[in-house]
Amino acid sequence: MEKAIEVIGLTTHYGEREILKDLSFSIPKGKITVILGGSGCGKSTLLRHLIGLMKPTKGNILINGKDITVMEEEKLDEIRKKIGISFQGAALLNSITIADNVSLPIQEHARLEESTIQIMVRMKLDLVGLSGFEDFYPSQLSGGMKKRAGIARAIALDPEVLFFDEPSAGLDPVTAAGIDELILKLRDVFKMTIVVVTHELPSVFAISDYVIMLDMGAITFSGTLDELKASDNARIRMFLERKPEKITYSPEDYLKIIAGD
Amino acid sequence: MAILKDMHDASKLINSTFYWTAISPFKGKGIRIRASISEMVKAGYNSIPIVSVISLFVGVILALQAAYQLKRFGALIYVANLVGVSITRELGPIMTAIIVSGRSGSAFAAEIGSMKAAEEVDALTSMGINPVKFLVVPKLIALMIMMPALTVLSDCIGILGGFLLSVTALELHPYNYFRQTIEALLIKDIATGLMKAWAFGVVITLVGAYQGFKVEGGAEEVGRRTTSSVVASIFLVIVFDLFFTILFYYFT
Repeated sequence: MEKAIEVIGLTTHYGEREILKDLSFSIPKGKITVILGGSGCGKSTLLRHLIGLMKPTKGNILINGKDITVMEEEKLDEIRKKIGISFQGAALLNSITIADNVSLPIQEHARLEESTIQIMVRMKLDLVGLSGFEDFYPSQLSGGMKKRAGIARAIALDPEVLFFDEPSAGLDPVTAAGIDELILKLRDVFKMTIVVVTHELPSVFAISDYVIMLDMGAITFSGTLDELKASDNARIRMFLERKPEKITYSPEDYLKIIAGD
Repeated sequence: MAILKDMHDASKLINSTFYWTAISPFKGKGIRIRASISEMVKAGYNSIPIVSVISLFVGVILALQAAYQLKRFGALIYVANLVGVSITRELGPIMTAIIVSGRSGSAFAAEIGSMKAAEEVDALTSMGINPVKFLVVPKLIALMIMMPALTVLSDCIGILGGFLLSVTALELHPYNYFRQTIEALLIKDIATGLMKAWAFGVVITLVGAYQGFKVEGGAEEVGRRTTSSVVASIFLVIVFDLFFTILFYYFT
């Protein structure tokens, strides 16, 4: 298995609180890896580390064999040209049109003729099914369309690695399935390495080649989808079967909690 | 601890703003000229009406207040000196700075703050586009040019306000008033005023941008940061005004 990303001993804190606890894993090249976990398990924090928006307290993240945790900002920008990110809320710039949003990374990083850029933008928008929406502003689009436009921007520079933060959050099942299909297409047609952070089970079953499950800042599982389904770990079964977490206190503990000490 | 962190963040912002404005263009990284022009229109051109009206009124007020004292000595013609010198040295730059803080400083904080809240700033970073270069530098260039320009306008209109009042209500001869103003004004009065204006432009941009980048939460914090950007930039403008006035008093 060829590795696109390798994480070694990643530990991070918010103030005193430890969020990620000594994570080590690798992400295979040309596959869709899903990082799965409940709310607050640290998966968004992990993603922010993988794309270099946050620096860990300890540990290393290697993208194509280069450690991004010790890299200078300028070198990091070189790596960033090769990765694309689709944000949870699409994060399009609201003051410019969809076409300008998609052309922004191209204009910034490649010296090309304006007409060439326009053709590239139309190709990317067509790929995500948004032909004809070039001159719309983000506020004029629906949530699903914004997300597609965000994906078009993420793939504008034909990245090697593509990250998705909660691609189907807040979308109806049909639109979400459309996004899943698009993710599969990007893997099959463009051979991109794709990392998806999500907690939506239907998506996980539809797209994942490889699954990493996070729980309370630590990895509880990593392996293929079939291995996940066959797992008999209690926490994983709870997640897969959508069982609520039962918090039980002894009467003494309960008294302590409500008394506030 | 919190103050130390704020100072650290502020100095980081100042440092990178300086780098992306003054150093990186010479390394072939370029400046967003079109964005700078659009910021100039928003911050400068669009505030011409309000700056004009306020400067006119301030000129009139100043002439009236001066006349109140000077007519007791029969020295009404010195209204021209007082209006000319105080407008160019002090009131022109400071009035303009206060208007621009309210209009543009707050707009900078709100714009950057809401972009931060909507992950747009993260999106820029992750595309390899430096948010300071993309968002702050055009605003800084715009204000560094437009603050002195607006101040020149404010100086002229303020003096015009004093002139109009003096030739009507105070019945001074227009030519005498005009000559008196020209004789009273020195180049250094106008130049120090413009230098102040330039510095105020830098202060207003940096405060607005700093408050904007400080936004962590949602819409509520954008509002709070916008308010504090106006308060902080007016405060800092006055602090810098004091500093420059002392400096110019002793060294020009």
